[in-house]
Amino acid sequence: MRGALMYEVVHVGEAALIGEIIGLSEDVATIQVYEDTTGLAPGEPVGRTGAPLSVELGPGLLGMVYDGIQRPLEVIREEMGAFIVRGASFPALDRKCTYPFTPAAAPGTAATPGTIIGTVEEGRFTHSILVPHGMAGTLARVAGAGEYTVTADIATVLSSDGKEQPVAMLRRWPVRVARPVAEKLKPADPLITGQRVIDSFFPIVKGGTAAVPGPFGAGKTVVQHQLAKWSDADIIVYVGCGERGNELADVLRQFPALTDPKSGEPLMGRTVLIGNTSNMPVAAREASVYTGITIAEYYRDMGYDVALMADSTSRWAEAMREISGRLEEMPGEHGYPAYLASRLACFYERAGNVRVLGPSNRTGSVSVIGAVSPPGGDFSEPVTQNTLRVVRVFWALDADLAHERHFPAVNWLTSYSLYPDDVEAWWNEHAGDRWGEMRRSMMATLQKESELEEIVQLVGPDVLPEDDKLSLHVAEYIRESFLIQYAFDPADTFCAPDKQYMMMQLITDYARYGKAAVAGGMPVSAIADMPVAKRLLRLGAVPDADFREYFEETERRMKEAFHNPGGGIT
Amino acid sequence: MTSPAREYTSVVRVAGPLMAVSGVGDATYGEVVEIRLPDGERRLGEVLESRSDVAIIQVFGGTQALDTEITSVRFTGYPMRMVVSPEIIGRVFDGSAAPADGGGPVIPGKVQDIAGSAVNPTARAYPEDCIETGISAIDGMNTLVRGQKLPIFSGAGLPHSMLAAQIARQARVLRDHEEFAIVFGAMGITNEDAQFFLDEFEDTGALEHAVLFINRADDPAIERIITPRLALTTAEYLAFDRGMHVLVILQDITAYCEALREVSAARDEVPARRGYPGYMYTDLASIFERAGRIHDRKGSITQLPIISMPDDDITHPVPDLTGYITEGQIVLSRDLYRKGIYPPIDVLPSLSRLMAGGIGKGKTREDHGAVSDQLYAAYAKGRRLESLVTVIGDEGLSETDRRYLTFAARFEREFIGQGRAVGRTITESLDTAWKLLCLFPEEELNRIPTDLIETYRGGDGQ
Repeated sequence: MRGALMYEVVHVGEAALIGEIIGLSEDVATIQVYEDTTGLAPGEPVGRTGAPLSVELGPGLLGMVYDGIQRPLEVIREEMGAFIVRGASFPALDRKCTYPFTPAAAPGTAATPGTIIGTVEEGRFTHSILVPHGMAGTLARVAGAGEYTVTADIATVLSSDGKEQPVAMLRRWPVRVARPVAEKLKPADPLITGQRVIDSFFPIVKGGTAAVPGPFGAGKTVVQHQLAKWSDADIIVYVGCGERGNELADVLRQFPALTDPKSGEPLMGRTVLIGNTSNMPVAAREASVYTGITIAEYYRDMGYDVALMADSTSRWAEAMREISGRLEEMPGEHGYPAYLASRLACFYERAGNVRVLGPSNRTGSVSVIGAVSPPGGDFSEPVTQNTLRVVRVFWALDADLAHERHFPAVNWLTSYSLYPDDVEAWWNEHAGDRWGEMRRSMMATLQKESELEEIVQLVGPDVLPEDDKLSLHVAEYIRESFLIQYAFDPADTFCAPDKQYMMMQLITDYARYGKAAVAGGMPVSAIADMPVAKRLLRLGAVPDADFREYFEETERRMKEAFHNPGGGIT
Repeated sequence: MTSPAREYTSVVRVAGPLMAVSGVGDATYGEVVEIRLPDGERRLGEVLESRSDVAIIQVFGGTQALDTEITSVRFTGYPMRMVVSPEIIGRVFDGSAAPADGGGPVIPGKVQDIAGSAVNPTARAYPEDCIETGISAIDGMNTLVRGQKLPIFSGAGLPHSMLAAQIARQARVLRDHEEFAIVFGAMGITNEDAQFFLDEFEDTGALEHAVLFINRADDPAIERIITPRLALTTAEYLAFDRGMHVLVILQDITAYCEALREVSAARDEVPARRGYPGYMYTDLASIFERAGRIHDRKGSITQLPIISMPDDDITHPVPDLTGYITEGQIVLSRDLYRKGIYPPIDVLPSLSRLMAGGIGKGKTREDHGAVSDQLYAAYAKGRRLESLVTVIGDEGLSETDRRYLTFAARFEREFIGQGRAVGRTITESLDTAWKLLCLFPEEELNRIPTDLIETYRGGDGQ
């Protein structure tokens, strides 16, 4: 195969299985095949395509379900049945479907990559058709408003040397190459997820990166699903990488029925699913995260905030390990290839809040949230450690919390976020100016609790001074009422920022009143027995709409009860 | 896969479970070969690697008594297949599908490739029909649903076989009387274990609905690589062609993984953890992901694989990778077993991921989810206090703390330890739970909505 290119896509054997060249040595090319190779024999032909592994980009991506190399799974199912047959080849974007195109630029306009030629309505989104990368000059022709297929010529760009280049809505982009941007910007706004432990304790920003490591059963997938459902990004790309088939079935069952809290439209309309389950070919699993992030970047370039969930990056790393093993490369730690760290870093670096190419100064973002599945729940393993070096938020899931059914099982002592300072201004503006202070005080109480617990382990609880007992008491409220959040309770599954803020206020006010009462000689057991204390028990279950009233009533009773202890006001 | 059968006598190398045949230019990957030994015995093998001059073959019957002179190898031109037909039900086979019950060969019905094909994820129907196993620790807190894969994590000397047999005996779907079948795939189990299941199935009449594939501990280890695939191909036929609800019990996955490791080592592959191959996750997924339901088809496959954890270590690669693929796990505990509690299910590390979809109003009972959460929280707290008491004694404990200690002890005895002859309905399990939760004042029941407490708390507790 002399002349073949590294990372070129090839068709292997009589069945024309899709493969990619991953090694060249004189006239021998090593090919990873994206499908099951059973039945392949030496001597079968291999055909070159001349192009690297690429995805198709254009209107029609939203709502689709693809495998790791962007083959449309629903089309495959309609054409070939419930089981996946090898050699399936269908275009990712429907060639017959037409979209209503509205021109946005007149002929004669300067055309640089990122210039908006026109727009297409894709569901509730305005899908901008941009001048593709690698083209520059002037727009010689723009099609009139009307219905066009994705392959129809909708414009012509005349380059400075007089060459006419036709432009269609459909374009391709090699998945392993990041789409260029004008400038990376500092993160500004939080990505609101409606999950209290995330938004209020360990926030992520639009354009930020987060890792969710945890042993099996700790709830990684539920966290990822919750983010895909409720986070306030415009577009969601969900990559099910080497995970369970039933999880994808669950997404397909729920998303069309759920509505996006931002727009009230079905969630599926803002989602692209990439599903390469654990029993599907391993090479396509390796490609799936790149396919996902390229689609995410494509929508970012139109100016949207996109969030990508990759569940799980460990399976992706294992796919790399499997391929590396077959290539007989010298292994690094735990058998993973030596380039594991650089691949992970390159992937997460494709996230960011950016000013996109083009004359309009649009900004867009790609946030990346990667689940990590460390063997034996041991965070010292290479995938977790190399991920931690490049992400800025770490939600450590904890098996013990999961065993107690404390969900989301995010450990509040080991998790961290480097973004709280960046998002505090947002909270001040949108909820109230005590967010930073309340957050720090609640986290300090939990820290104190863990220190006190060590003492309790040695000498028992009754020797503690009353103010320490109060810390333990308040910490329990923080854990049980604030941090625990029921994904399956319709009132609690999404917690709006102002509700989070009020919950924090109730708990910190209770702590403050309690501290004054303890200083005045009241025992903690008496505080805990006050009827108003029970009103703080199930805060999450109070619906958003009723919460302000509940909040004000509780604040009023709390004030009365602490000013008139023993008064029996309920 | 059109190459016709070809025969060679050019075996050039035999090592461990593998042999190399030279001069075969067109062996296809995954092709089945028939090997004729010098003494006339026949064994099956499969092509693992095919180069332009040599084919590497794993020999399922083991490589003892092979030679490099007379042994002949016939390449069949097909991947590993098996014959399935309705007559397969009620039969017992060995680990490579040869009849082991004295009966004749299966009357040809349909020939199926045993590797199976991946179910298109968009064709999967989400499992949400609760299976009542009659075991409180499972039904109440780790509910099994049709189409789920829920392994039992056990250890040497624990009663996992008994539990699996009890589940097979008691399992039923609420409000439903559809055709069901049990497929049992045994890899490397002892003769006594095999006999236990045979007797159990015979005594309860389950054999009439069962198909057994048994690879015993003294059968060739490499055969274990195909045994679970035979069982699952049979299950897929029964479920998706014949519309039956199939429960597949696979024992023991650890023995299967050891066979996988043996082949990997013989091929000089770079190992991952503890010498197991780097592709073990993918390989196990190709077994476990064959559970499920499919849109517009009647049947289902529910898997109950049994994994023995070496040294009770849940972080060992076999249980660890299994846990990442399966939809939860049932963990058996040596401590509970020593206390005389049967089934000794440690609910804290146990989990059913598909529980939420299979329970609640209209399916089991509206309080099911909340009761389960409360039991978990209360038992976890009770266990924490128990370990505290062993250090500091119980003088410093509050009244509430003492209730938690009492609860934990009674929960183990009364809720979990129901005994081997008892099958409880889901309602009975939930009522037993409420009887124990009555030990607490209402404000301790913070995982249960107030209206449910009022409805179900009842007065018969204490």
